Amino acid sequence: MSRRALFKFRLYVAGDAPNSAQAVANLGALCRAHLPDRHEIEIVDVFLEPKRALADGIFLTPTLVKLAPSPVKKIIGTLSQTQIVLQALGLENAAV
Amino acid sequence: MKSVRPSLVKASTKAPTGIAGFDEITGGGLPRGRTTLLVGGPGSGKTVLALQFLVHGVQHCREPGILVAFEENWTRIVTNAESFGWELAELRRRKKLFFLDAQPLTDLVQSGNFDLGGMLAALEAQTKAMGARRIVIDALDVVLALLPDPVARRREIYRLHEWLLAHELTGLITAKAGGDEASTLIEQPFGFMQFMVDCAVILNHSVALGVSHRNLRVQKYRGSSFDENESPFLIGASGLEVAVARKPGRVDAKVTNERVSSGVSRLDTMLGGGYYRGASVLITGFSGTAKTTLSAAFAEAACRRGERTLFVSFDSDCTEVTRNLASVGIRLERYVRNGSLRMISARSIAGSAETYLVRIKTLAQEHGARCLVIDPVSTWYKSGDDRTAQSVADRLIDWAKGDGITLVCTSLLDEMSNRTESASPLQISALADTWIHLNYLVQAGERNRGLSIVKSRGTAHSNQVRELVLSDAGVTLADTYTAGGEVLMGTLRWEKERAERVAHEAAEVAAKLTRVRVDAEEAELNVRLKSLQTELVAKQVEKALLVRTTQSDKGEVSRGRTQMKELRGADAAIPGRKVNPP
Repeated sequence: MSRRALFKFRLYVAGDAPNSAQAVANLGALCRAHLPDRHEIEIVDVFLEPKRALADGIFLTPTLVKLAPSPVKKIIGTLSQTQIVLQALGLENAAV
Repeated sequence: MKSVRPSLVKASTKAPTGIAGFDEITGGGLPRGRTTLLVGGPGSGKTVLALQFLVHGVQHCREPGILVAFEENWTRIVTNAESFGWELAELRRRKKLFFLDAQPLTDLVQSGNFDLGGMLAALEAQTKAMGARRIVIDALDVVLALLPDPVARRREIYRLHEWLLAHELTGLITAKAGGDEASTLIEQPFGFMQFMVDCAVILNHSVALGVSHRNLRVQKYRGSSFDENESPFLIGASGLEVAVARKPGRVDAKVTNERVSSGVSRLDTMLGGGYYRGASVLITGFSGTAKTTLSAAFAEAACRRGERTLFVSFDSDCTEVTRNLASVGIRLERYVRNGSLRMISARSIAGSAETYLVRIKTLAQEHGARCLVIDPVSTWYKSGDDRTAQSVADRLIDWAKGDGITLVCTSLLDEMSNRTESASPLQISALADTWIHLNYLVQAGERNRGLSIVKSRGTAHSNQVRELVLSDAGVTLADTYTAGGEVLMGTLRWEKERAERVAHEAAEVAAKLTRVRVDAEEAELNVRLKSLQTELVAKQVEKALLVRTTQSDKGEVSRGRTQMKELRGADAAIPGRKVNPP
């Protein structure tokens, strides 16, 4: 995986539920700290687009999907444990 | 389809499950618009019950349903349930059933708290789109396990429950629970759930003496009466079948005065005309007392009347049974061939008494049986615990009565343990209408079979012990003799019979002899009478002759004198004295 690859994220949230709001904030902070200028975040509100959640198989909110670079990866939760998230994204070295 | 007992419950408050027995226990089904919790161990039948609830809703209540599957994906569920004939794939295609695959990915990464908001949003859209009324959340425990702390679990359960109530969906949440004891299996957060939901059902799967037993218990049901006992159930060919004891609300079986032959004419006489149609008959006896033969005689008689009959043998193969019965003149092959008799060897069916009952019921219904023979019913005692066997026997009789089937059960008594008649192991004797006991009498170096009617409800019946005689001409009952307080059977009876016959013949001969003698005497007297009469006639003739001779003599004398006078001419004729010839 290229160190300079562009990270595309999609974050499914349930309106402004506390968990979802936390995830939005945590993802933003994480991207700013570890992926400056090489990330795209799309936020999908399942309350507004329930059909999309259904089609995408999103049942737990918040869910973060890393669309690129491959492989596609799903992370659920508020993303509060940064270490776990970075590991899942293949960015563990960046955290050091 | 309305609830099973519409008179007792308002149809609108219950959502029928279509599960035989379960709707009776709950008085109509699950609470409509409320949430029910279904807990049970692995393989206890949770998913099957849940699916049946959904399918019944679609097919009979016009209530589309959603299954949220946290554990298995829908293709697997559909495949697994294929054998039940529910056509899940077809219902799914017609958009009457929706399967939501919500299995957490195996490589799912979790960081921090999350909630079921996404699922509820998705469900909301789907519910609206298809007008779903029923929803099953299968294996909620799987997703709850992902939540980091009990507080979060509670919160999500609460969220789900609120959502279900708000949408007035009839919800069924299944959750796994390990162990057998209902009291210990409910740990947090299910414990909390049990308080929250309106209805809780516990499924149990245990093994007793190597035989599998399933049972179901309704733990709570807000605002409704329900059967609180554990009820055995079975996963049969078309889904769950819950065994329920007869409830007072059920209609009594139709009672008839019609009699059906027992197959032995003298036994019919002893019973005052035969068994009652629809009665349950119990034949008890030790091994080899001709229980099978007597029950087969009934089956043969039923077939001869053209009644469809089912014969279930737990002892031997059907071919063996027919061969053995042919030796005593009971020929069943032709009825098997023309289809009126169905013989089943149940020796091969492994399982609990519950399984047997369901199998027998199904077979009897398939065959349209009016008469049913189970030989012997005591086998049930072996498989599993007594309590189950007893309950199954109760329900067997209850079912047979309800369907108007005349039932003949044999029951083997254990020769070793108890020789008294009172101990029929299954205690069916109390329920059976007619109880015939077969016994051995060992006497004078012989073992003979005795038959007596212990009881026969509603019919006058003979108090006599009769000897059951098996020969190649069939089954007959012979009189027994009592001599000096002892019942005579077999050779002793034969000897007694012969002695009586001889005595009778002797008496007859003696009577004949007397008659001949009297006849002879009479003839002799007649002869004598005739000869005397002849003699009398002779005497009379002789007498008449004598008189005539005397008179003519006198005439001769006087004529002679006159002639003499004339000849002499000496005397004058004497006037007035004329001699007339006689």
